[in-house]
Amino acid sequence: MSKVEGRIEGKEEEEKRKKITLKVYRTNYNNKKESPHYDEFEVPVNRWTTVLDALLYAKNNSDSSVAIRYSCRMATCGSCGMNINGKPSLACYTKISELNKDVIVCEPLSNFPRIRDLVTDFSQFFNHHKKMEPFIHNDKVSLDVKDKDDLVEFEQTPEMVEKYLQFSYCIRCGLCYSACPTVATDANFPGPQALSQAYRYIADSRDNDKSSRFKIIDERHGIWRCHFAGSCSFVCPKGVDPALGIQLLKGQMLGISKNNKKISNLRVKDKQ
Amino acid sequence: MAQLRLRESQITKIHYLTGILALFAVAVHILFRLIMPFGQSLTFQNVVANYHNIFYALLLEAILILISIHGFNGLRVILIELKQSPKWDSIITILVLVAMIGIIAYGTRTIVIASGL
Repeated sequence: MSKVEGRIEGKEEEEKRKKITLKVYRTNYNNKKESPHYDEFEVPVNRWTTVLDALLYAKNNSDSSVAIRYSCRMATCGSCGMNINGKPSLACYTKISELNKDVIVCEPLSNFPRIRDLVTDFSQFFNHHKKMEPFIHNDKVSLDVKDKDDLVEFEQTPEMVEKYLQFSYCIRCGLCYSACPTVATDANFPGPQALSQAYRYIADSRDNDKSSRFKIIDERHGIWRCHFAGSCSFVCPKGVDPALGIQLLKGQMLGISKNNKKISNLRVKDKQ
Repeated sequence: MAQLRLRESQITKIHYLTGILALFAVAVHILFRLIMPFGQSLTFQNVVANYHNIFYALLLEAILILISIHGFNGLRVILIELKQSPKWDSIITILVLVAMIGIIAYGTRTIVIASGL
């Protein structure tokens, strides 16, 4: 078969494939003349086609100006979060065949300021994350590292790791933040991602600065504004349960949950 | 003043505690109707007699305080979510506190007058 014949056959096969309509929310906040609207694209799909594949097909074949943020295409970077048929999802992790719809509506994530088309501004979200000081606080360890002998290790049992492991799977995709009804009304609320990260470090046996972490979240627009809707856990693509983390954190702050955390010992040099 | 400010977790503890206690106190208050024939429990004479009972008056006072604290804090929580500024938060907190103290004072006055103390 010649190359030309192969191409024609490929083209025919593409025409035979099931087609869906991709409705993409379009707007550009830098161009005030452009009012928000939906553009429709017809996209051929296979069983394994993801929403991101479909968007890239539309971008490559119909309109190259469609703005999308994406990177890894394997649910690791958390860049391609968007509302797909009304639910916050990762475009690269959502197969069109699983949606069982002929029309797929893609909109930018809710609760985030919009920049253009499906791209939103994550500054506020990352500020909340940074406010939680997402790193180990341990006064036994000097931050002044001059050579490799100053570096230390902690001893952790698998049980100690188990207490915070699921929360460390967070990829900061912002889906939970987008689904949170409290964030929708209160922009100062840290949101499920930041609060679950606060719990992740409080539960970590290497961290011994629980009191200062509690102070960060124990404020008027802090953890107590969570209404426990649970939508954060429902949309998380990595199986993290932020609602659980928030409830466990609340329990610890009220003194209801047991806090028998043992701080990890530093591994001594002669054991290494 | 900053020293007097309660942390949000302390306010939440008070909120939960007053809610549970109010539920218990209201249950006792309703059960008071069962210490006499049920049909007569809301007649004028019996209600006035209840008010003259010191334990009943104390129970009403407890309900008034518990529900005021719980309810007004709930209102504060709803209102501070509407706007995100420290000034708004402080204004709402002060207004709610004043309203709460006002309601408790007025309710206490009514209970004292009705009980004939």
